[in-house]
This record gives sequence, C-alpha cells and structure tokens, in this order.
Amino acid sequence: MNAINVENITMTYNKGKVKALNGVSFSVKKGEIFGLIGPDGAGKTSLFRILTTLLLADSGYAEVAGFDVVRDMKSIRKIVGYMPGKFSLYQDLTVEENLKFFATIFKTTVKENYHLIKEIYVQIEPFKDRRAGKLSGGMKQKLALCCALIHKPEVLFLDEPTTGVDPVSRKEFWSMLRNLKKEGISILVSTPYMDEANLCDNIALIKDGNILTVNTPNGIVESYKEKLYSIKSQNMYQLILDLRSYEETKKCFAFGESLHVTFKNDLVDLELLNNKLKSNGHENIEITEITPSIEDCFLALED
Amino acid sequence: MKEFWIYIVKETLHILRDRKSLGIMLGIPIMQIFLFGFALTTEVKNSQIAILDNSKDLATRTIIEKFEANRYFEVNKSLKSISDIEKAFKSGKIKLAIVFQNNFRDNLLHSNKAQIQLISDASDPNTGTTVVNYATSIINDYQNQLTQQANLPYQIKVENRMLYNPQLLSSYTFVPGVMGMILLLICAMMTSVTIVREKELNTMEVLLVSPFNPYLFIMSKAVPYVVLSLINVTSILYFSKILFDIPINGSLLLIYFESFLFISVAVSFGLMVSNVTSSQQIAMSLSQVGLMMPTLLLSGFLFPRENMPLPMQLISNIVPTTWFIIIIKGIMIKGLGLQMLWKETLIMLLMLVFFLFISFKKFSIRLK
Repeated sequence: MNAINVENITMTYNKGKVKALNGVSFSVKKGEIFGLIGPDGAGKTSLFRILTTLLLADSGYAEVAGFDVVRDMKSIRKIVGYMPGKFSLYQDLTVEENLKFFATIFKTTVKENYHLIKEIYVQIEPFKDRRAGKLSGGMKQKLALCCALIHKPEVLFLDEPTTGVDPVSRKEFWSMLRNLKKEGISILVSTPYMDEANLCDNIALIKDGNILTVNTPNGIVESYKEKLYSIKSQNMYQLILDLRSYEETKKCFAFGESLHVTFKNDLVDLELLNNKLKSNGHENIEITEITPSIEDCFLALED
Repeated sequence: MKEFWIYIVKETLHILRDRKSLGIMLGIPIMQIFLFGFALTTEVKNSQIAILDNSKDLATRTIIEKFEANRYFEVNKSLKSISDIEKAFKSGKIKLAIVFQNNFRDNLLHSNKAQIQLISDASDPNTGTTVVNYATSIINDYQNQLTQQANLPYQIKVENRMLYNPQLLSSYTFVPGVMGMILLLICAMMTSVTIVREKELNTMEVLLVSPFNPYLFIMSKAVPYVVLSLINVTSILYFSKILFDIPINGSLLLIYFESFLFISVAVSFGLMVSNVTSSQQIAMSLSQVGLMMPTLLLSGFLFPRENMPLPMQLISNIVPTTWFIIIIKGIMIKGLGLQMLWKETLIMLLMLVFFLFISFKKFSIRLK
C-alpha cells in the first residue's frame, strides 16, 4: 500500500478563474521521503491542503494511508502530522506549553512519544520556557516539527519547512527527516530549494499546477540527455549576451558564478567557441562539461 | 475532559498574557461606574435661576424663599427689567428665569388669579423640561398652602408617591444599564475575535488537521470570559453599593444567575460572529455595530423604550440587554424573584440556544 496516492487532482480558485492544480497525479511509497520541488505559486500548498483534508479538490481522487481524503476526513486527521508553510503554533504560549497542547489534542502525552522527538527537542529544550513567538526561525521550525510528530503520525506533511531557515539549520532539519524515515514515517515535503531535492528518495518537479516529472533524484539527472557546459570568463555580463547571440547555443542560464549552456549540436566545436569568445575580448575563458543538477533538469523540463 | 481542560488552560493563558487587554477588561467596569455615577447623571442639581420680581410683596418673597431653600435651585441674581432676561440667558449661567407680574399678591387674593412666567433654557430639552417641572412643583406647593387656608368647596388633592426610587436617583437606573453594557462589551467583543484570531494566525490550520473536538473547542473559548465577567459583575455591584448606596432588594444569588445567563448569551453571540467572519477587524466591528449601538440606544438604558416608535420597540425586543436590564432592575430595585421574571429569563435562554446553535453550525471544518 502506498502512503499517498494522488490521481488527476484539479483545483481552481475564484470560481475557476485561477488554476492551482491541473490534473496532478503521483504516489508516495510507504516509508519514503518524497519531495515536491517547485517555485512559489506552483500549487504545492494547495496540494498539501487537499491531502490534509483542509481543502476540497474540484476533481480527482486522493488517498492518504489508504483513506479517501474526502470521505475519511476524520481518520486522516488522526494519523497525519502537518506542518504548514506559515508558522502556525501559539506565539504567546511557551515551547513546552505548545508541545503539551498538541500532545493532548492528539490524545497522547509528550512522554509517550518522546523518543520520536528527542533528538530535535533537546536542541530547543534550553528554551522551553520561552514563548514560541520569540524563537528564531530555525527553532520555530524545530518546535513545529516536534508538535507535528508528537502523536507518531503515519504520514508527515511538511510544507516548505526550510524556507527562511539558515543553511546550518536546514542541514540539521534534513538529517532529522532521514532519522524519522528510519522510524517508518512516510514524509511528503515541499521545498523551493532545488539543492534539497537530492536528499529525497523520490521527487516530483511541479510548476504552474503541472507535475513535470516524477523520479529519483538520480533518475532525473540521468534522464537529462544533453551535454551541459559550464562557461566562465572575466566579463560575465558580456558573456551572457555573446553566448545567447551565438547561433549554436540552445539555452544559456546564469547559474551562480558561471553560465550553464547547452548547444543545439552535442558535437559542438569548443575550440571554435573559445576563439570566438576571445575575439570578442573575453579573457580567462573556462569551458568545462559538467553533470547537470536538479535545477538544470527543472529548467530543461519547464518548457 | 482532559482535552476540554487543556483548551481552557490555553485560552486562559492567552488572556493572562495579554496584560493590556486584561487591564482594560477589568478596568472598564469600574471606570464606567464612576463615569455614570458622577458625571453623566440625568438629575438637575444646583440650577442657577434669575428672578424678575415686579411685585415685591409677601407672596413673591415667600415663593422666592422656597426656591432658595431648594437644593435643586440657586438664585443667581435678581433682574430689573424684561430686557435683562435675555442677557442673563446669554451669559450662559442661567437655566431658568422666573417673572412675577405686577401686584402679584393683590391679584391672587382679589381676583383669584395671579401670573408667574417661567422661562427656561431649552437648548438642552431634557434639562429645560426638568427644571420647569421642579419649579412648577415648588409653586404648586405654595398654592396648596394657600388653598388649605381658604377651605374651598371642591378640591381634588393629588398625592404622589414615587415607589422604589422615591428620590428619583438616576443611579438606580444606570447600574443595571452599565452592567448590561459592560458585560456585553467585554464578552461579545472579546470572544468575537478569539476564533477569528486562530484563523488569522494560522493556528486553525494545524488544529483542523487533528482529531480535536470543535464543540469542546468553541465552548472552551467561552469559559474564561464568563469567569472574567462574573468578576466584573462583582466589582460593579460592589462599587455601586459603596459609592452610590444602590439597594439590592432581591436575591444576590438570582442576580448572579441572571448575569451568568446574560454573559453566556453575549459570549455565544461573540462566538457566532467569530465563526462567520474571516478577520479580527470585521468581527470587532460587527459585534460593535450589532450589539453596542442597539444596546446603548434601544435597550432602554439611555432612552425609555415606551417613547420609541413601534418599529424601534419591536427591534428592541431582540436586543438581549433589553431583557437583562428589566430583570436586574426588577431584582435590585423592586426585589422581584424568579417567579416574576421567568418570561424575560426564558427569552434570554432561547437567545443563548439560538446563538450557540448557529456557532456550532457555522464552524467550518475545512479552510475556506
């Protein structure tokens, strides 16, 4: 049995004027970390809300842990953990009070499932008498995760848990997710950060309400068939203009400190290109073939 | 039960940690009692009057002495001519001018008819009428003295007795009114934002994705406010007794019971508003327009319901405070018991059921 099955879910807002999800289908296997990767406005949050029974889809079918998201609303609400994108705990309650509150409404105690949250909770325990609103971004997310975990959910929904969190905390957060996976909890996590995709077992790339592809991170990279080059020179701005006007260029994106370029013909003469750039006044030209990242795949797939 | 308890604890913490609001909620009743008790009184005390005595005889002097002796009036000045009257009014100090005709006593004794003119400043109509009424009663008093001596053949003697509030103290009427208004203000307005706040701060989103019980959740929101309001009832009663010596002729227990009922009505109204609105601001203004204004204007607190046009009287029937004021006045001033007030009590009970029903019904188990 899959942890989550989504079949052809469609969702619109404003009486059909704004399309949020456009026939989305995928499934999440039991015990895996499934990443929903896409930019803001891709429809990730809508999808989360449909799966957590908060919103009703216009059409399509979805089930979580074998329960229909419409018919079995109550059963689903008992066995899932949900951490919304916006901080949703009581800001004027302390860390401890929040945790106790959520343990109680899930009809359990902090003690009972302490082993699940222990690794995370020890990090915020020194601040347990601090009000949640006064915590730093990373701390807030850790607390929210504790609250979402306190009842040992079967499926965990994390909507952009690392947005607005510093890089160190992000790393820690993902290592916690790996540990939760060991406990047998299935995790659906969304993120706009492509670099986090590699930490998932399976990912779906989503844009404008459409799923572009579903695969393992490696599978997605392997399915990238073209040769990708990273090109640098001392005048990056001019380099973009020159490469985009070069007739052999297929695509050229600025990517950190270099440009990621694909060519119409994979057997492009790099020597010729190098000379051409030199004659345009570029110096310190570096052209290297690289393996694509998830982001390269996303950019290639999106049109 | 454990779940219900943790909701109440949480709600109480929200209130206790919002020190400013808490201070306002506990302070307002006391402030209002002071305001209505000392400043906003409808009684007319120490009105300055001017007298134009064209006769200056025994009769007019006796009447003037009566005015001087009365605590509602203070003779400010004697005027010399008719033209002084307007000047006196324009100076703004005079509320009433009394003009005696020439040969007042002679006319009174010989032709049985003498004239006094009362001119009052009616720029505030209530004060104007009240002052004229007081003055008339003083003059009638003098007339009664005369007629008693004269032994007239036919005589109708009117004897007034003002029951329950013989001194016509306005504090008797304002305490029930203030109680009604304050309880409504605090309960309805404060609770009206509580559920919306959970929606606005997103906490509702996590709550919904949990096996929480919406009924317990809604009920628990009411509990701390009910407790807080009962504290307010106590402080209002205490200060009314200490400062204005308002009698509590009926059962104190019944006052608390009826207040509890009224508070519940107000809280459930707040909850209903909270459930049907989407932002704290809308909820606030809705409970303000929906309850505050009708309470002030229609409940009989400031204006007697009997004087309202029929449609307004009908609307005033659906204002909960109307019934609460009738009940509290009945208990405190007339000393009535539940057997006389069961109808009003029943109406409030029905309102409570109605508001709670709508609240439960309108509570959305999904996001909108």
